[in-house]
Amino acid sequence: MIDVKHLKKSFGNHVVLDDISEHIYPGEKVVVIGPSGSGKSTFLRCLNLLETPTAGTITFEGKVITDPKSDIDKIRQHMGMVFQHFNLFPNMTIRKNITLAPVRTGLMKQDEADETAIALLKRVDLLDKADAYPAQLSGGQKQRIAIVRALAMKPKVMLFDEPTSALDPEMVGEVLDVMKELAQEGMTMVVVTHEMGFAREVGSRVLFMDGGHVLEQNEPHAFFANPQNERTKLFLSKVL
Amino acid sequence: MNLAQLYETLTAAGNLSGWQEMYVNFYKAWFLNDRWIQYFKGLLTTIEVTVIALIIGVALGVVVAVIRTAHDQQRLGRRNPVLGIINALCKIYVTIIRGTPMMVQLLIMGFVIFKSSRNFTLVGALSLGINSGAYVAEIIRGGLMSLDPGQMEAGRSLGLGYFDTMRFIVIPQAFKAILPSLGNEFITLLKDTSLISVIGGKEIVYFAQAIITKTYEAMYPYIIVAIMYLIMVLIFTWLQGKLERRLRESDRR
Repeated sequence: MIDVKHLKKSFGNHVVLDDISEHIYPGEKVVVIGPSGSGKSTFLRCLNLLETPTAGTITFEGKVITDPKSDIDKIRQHMGMVFQHFNLFPNMTIRKNITLAPVRTGLMKQDEADETAIALLKRVDLLDKADAYPAQLSGGQKQRIAIVRALAMKPKVMLFDEPTSALDPEMVGEVLDVMKELAQEGMTMVVVTHEMGFAREVGSRVLFMDGGHVLEQNEPHAFFANPQNERTKLFLSKVL
Repeated sequence: MNLAQLYETLTAAGNLSGWQEMYVNFYKAWFLNDRWIQYFKGLLTTIEVTVIALIIGVALGVVVAVIRTAHDQQRLGRRNPVLGIINALCKIYVTIIRGTPMMVQLLIMGFVIFKSSRNFTLVGALSLGINSGAYVAEIIRGGLMSLDPGQMEAGRSLGLGYFDTMRFIVIPQAFKAILPSLGNEFITLLKDTSLISVIGGKEIVYFAQAIITKTYEAMYPYIIVAIMYLIMVLIFTWLQGKLERRLRESDRR
């Protein structure tokens, strides 16, 4: 589904991603873990070109998105993204947050988008917040809204950039529950996270990144039970 | 005894006390020959010039700010050369306007560029608008740049284009953030309209000076002018406060 070949990204002289090649298959739940500064967020942000790769190609469903001639707006309509800091639009109600993109991109008519928004809000149990503004919501509620805002575009893949890192501990669960549900429905997901429990339970593959490289990857059971790489062992011993 | 009779009696009597002289001078500056009408004629021109300059200033400011920001936010390696040239022109415009005094710009516009024009008021409004545009552009650019880049990213990640994201997400939020500085700029603009009297624009100061040449007494006309400006600024500040409170609606918790 997403094919990454020889991806490189550097900011000035600082190399963040060094020759990464990876393939994400439909229905996979890829969990990316690693210490901070390892390049895992940059890797994720390259997938929908929020960061422009320095070199290498990324192909999404046969379209080379790193090609300057590709219509990145069209491609992004099929790739949902959830951010660490939610990035809800504070000047709009929740309803408008959800319906803006489907209507403006021509995916839905306004009434259709409104219905979709209501269905999605019911699903995350936040229907009563439809006409509230983001400032009135808790962090966990904001992140659940951010997830359904991305889902309203009916994406084929969802990218999560540390979706629970900015949350109070007691709110992490409600967001992870929504993500688990999404995973069960078969959504293709790429998740950068520090939630090892989530990685173990939901992930179909775990990537460990450090220093701009994917040092180790495996299905989660084997990955956590029997890490091979020294750096992975050290990391896991600190976080588990 | 009404005001006019009092004035007649006092000027006929001569040898006035301090208070009486104050009254006579004020009467000459305001009531005599219905001079107050002239102040209001000037006030009307002031408002007209402010509105025209405001429209020009905001239009220019928005265009320049959007060009400058769009240029600075281009993806690396995908720089548009046409945008580069327009951006350079915008930079020159802002530099020249901010680097020279308002008064000098007015004199150049009035006596060099439009020296054959008799419509001093319109030339004045145009100069003020062009001047204001440069400051408004920098204020708007500051607002656009100060917004959390995550907002732009969130809009783009949903598949919205650059201009849609600007229009629905970035600009409304930036507008709220820059409203105080924008209000400040508008107040400056309103007060700067007094400068167009130097190229013959017939606003309040122009009429006040005309009255002074007849009465040989400067204090009251100028104080009247000052009070009129103060009242206008107070009204504007009040309106701005109302607008700010309305825009804060989405901040309520």
